[in-house]
Amino acid sequence: MNWTAVAAIYRFEMARFFRTLMQSFLSPVLSTSLYFVVFGAAIGSRIDQVEGVSYGAFIVPGLVMLSVITQSISNASFGIYFPKFIGTVYELLSAPISFLEIVLGYVGAAATKALFIGCVILFTASLFVDFTIAHPVAMVAFLVLTCLSFALLGFILGIWAGNFEQLQLVPLLIVTPLVFLGGSFYSISMLPPVWQTVTLFNPVVYLISGFRWSFFGMADVSIGFSLAAIALFLCTCLAVIWWIFKTGWRLRG
Amino acid sequence: MTAILSIQDLRKVYAGGFEALKGVSLDIEEGEILALLGPNGAGKTTLISTICGITTPSAGTVTVGGHDILTDFRAARSLIGLVPQEVALEPFEKVRNTVRFSRGLFGKPTDDALVENILRRLSLWDKKDSSIKELSGGMKRRVLIAKALAHEPRVLFLDEPTAGVDVELRKDMWDIVDELKKDGVTIILTTHYIEEAEAIADRVGVINNGELLLVEDKDALMGRMGQKQLEVHLSAALDAVPAALADYNLDLGKDGRSLIYTYDIRAERTGITRLLNDVAQSGLVLTDVNTQQSSLEDIFVGLVSEGKP
Repeated sequence: MNWTAVAAIYRFEMARFFRTLMQSFLSPVLSTSLYFVVFGAAIGSRIDQVEGVSYGAFIVPGLVMLSVITQSISNASFGIYFPKFIGTVYELLSAPISFLEIVLGYVGAAATKALFIGCVILFTASLFVDFTIAHPVAMVAFLVLTCLSFALLGFILGIWAGNFEQLQLVPLLIVTPLVFLGGSFYSISMLPPVWQTVTLFNPVVYLISGFRWSFFGMADVSIGFSLAAIALFLCTCLAVIWWIFKTGWRLRG
Repeated sequence: MTAILSIQDLRKVYAGGFEALKGVSLDIEEGEILALLGPNGAGKTTLISTICGITTPSAGTVTVGGHDILTDFRAARSLIGLVPQEVALEPFEKVRNTVRFSRGLFGKPTDDALVENILRRLSLWDKKDSSIKELSGGMKRRVLIAKALAHEPRVLFLDEPTAGVDVELRKDMWDIVDELKKDGVTIILTTHYIEEAEAIADRVGVINNGELLLVEDKDALMGRMGQKQLEVHLSAALDAVPAALADYNLDLGKDGRSLIYTYDIRAERTGITRLLNDVAQSGLVLTDVNTQQSSLEDIFVGLVSEGKP
C-alpha cells in the first residue's frame, strides 16, 4: 500500500478546498440561513410541531443531509473529472499506485470536505434553533457513512462523465429530487398512504430518517433499516468502483 | 550493457479495432538516448502510453529494470518518468507544490532539497511560488519535466518535448537531456524534428503504421545509408554527360552547368581523384566544387515512403 501517494492526493485535493475556502463556506452558510428564514420562520411558524419536535429543529437533520450529500457528490465528481478534463490524469495512471489508493485519496478528501461543511451547517443551524442530539455517536457515524458513500457515488459520476453537462446531470436530475422528496422537510407520516409506500423506494429516506433518529430519537423507518440501507448503498458503490478498476472503464484506453 | 527496458511483440488494438501497435520488439540499454521518429499517427505516443500504464497492451510483454509492467507495475513504474506531449498541469497549483505532489504520488518521501535542485536545474527556482497559469508555454514544459524527474526515475520518456517550442528553448531542452544522460538516465524521446534526433540521440528508431521499421545506432545508420554527393560546377552548360565520363554514373545538374557524382563515404576508394582528373582532361573548365551529405531526414523520408503500401 502506497500511503505516501494516498496522502499526496489527499493533501492536493484539500489544498484546492482551502484555496476556495470562502466560497466553500459562504455558500452553505447562506443557503442554510435562507432555509431557516423561509421554512423555519415563515412556514414553520404556521406548523406547530412535527411528532413532538418544533418544525425549525425538525428540518435540521434534513438540511445537513441535503448539503452533505450534494457536497460529497460534487467534490468527488469534480475531483476526478477535472484531471481527466485538463489531462493531468496521465500522472495518476502512470504512477506506481493502485486504483484503491486513488479512490482513498480522492474520496477521502471529498468526504472530509463534505463532513466539514456538514459541521458548519449544524453550527449555523444552532444559531437559529435549539436542538439536542440524542445519540451523538450514531449521528457522527451516519454523517461519516453518508459522506463516504456519496463521495464514492460522486467518484463514479466523475469517471463516467464525458463533459461538464453530464457532471451536473445526475446531481441535478436524480440526487436533488431524491433528497427533497426524502423527507428533509417533512415526516413521511404527513404524506397520503400511497405516497408513503412510493417514498419507501427512495434510498435517501432511510438516510434522513436514521440521521433524524440520532437527533430526536424518532424515525420514519426503523434504525436497523436505515443502517442496512446505507450499508447496501456503500457496498454497491464499492462494487461499481471495483469493476471500474478492473476494466479501466473510461480511464485507461 | 544491459537492457533496462525490454519490449517483446507489443500489440495494441483500440476498442474501435484500430491496430496502433503491430508487434513492436525493442531493447533499450541503460544510459542511452533513443529517438523514436515517425509521422503523425505512427504509434509513437501509443507505444509510450502503453509502457507507462496509461493504456493497456493487447498482447506482448514489457519489462522495466526486469519488472513486468502489468504483474509488477509498482516496481516498473517507479523507475519511469513521463513528460507527456500535451501540456497538462493543474492551473491554480504552485510550481513547487506540483513537483512535490508528483514525488509523493510515486511514494517517495518529501525531499525539499531535491525539489529545489530540480527546479534550479530547470531554471524554475525563481518561479517556485508562481501559479502554473502565470507561466509561459516554455516554462510549463519545464514544469512537466520537473514533475517527471521528481521521483528520480531511471528511464525518462519525453513525448515530443520540443513540439511548438522556440529555437532557444529547444537548445535548452537538448542541454537538459545531455545533463540527464550524464547522470545515467536512460532517455526515450519521440520527435518530429529529425535534427533533434541527429543532435542528441545515440540510437534512432523509425516507427510507422504501428511497426518499428528499424532501430540502429545513429552514426552507423547515417554511415550505412548516408550518401555523399560531389557537385562540380562548370563554366559552360552541357547538353549531356560527356562520353569520356560515362563510367562515373554522373547526373547532369540544373541548366547543365554542373555534374553530380554520388559516392559512398565509407568506401575504400571514393573515386574523387580520378574523376576530377578525368573531368580536367576532358577539357571542361571548373568554376566551383561542393559536397553534400544526406541527412537523417533524407533517410527517414526514404524509409517511411518505402514502408507505405
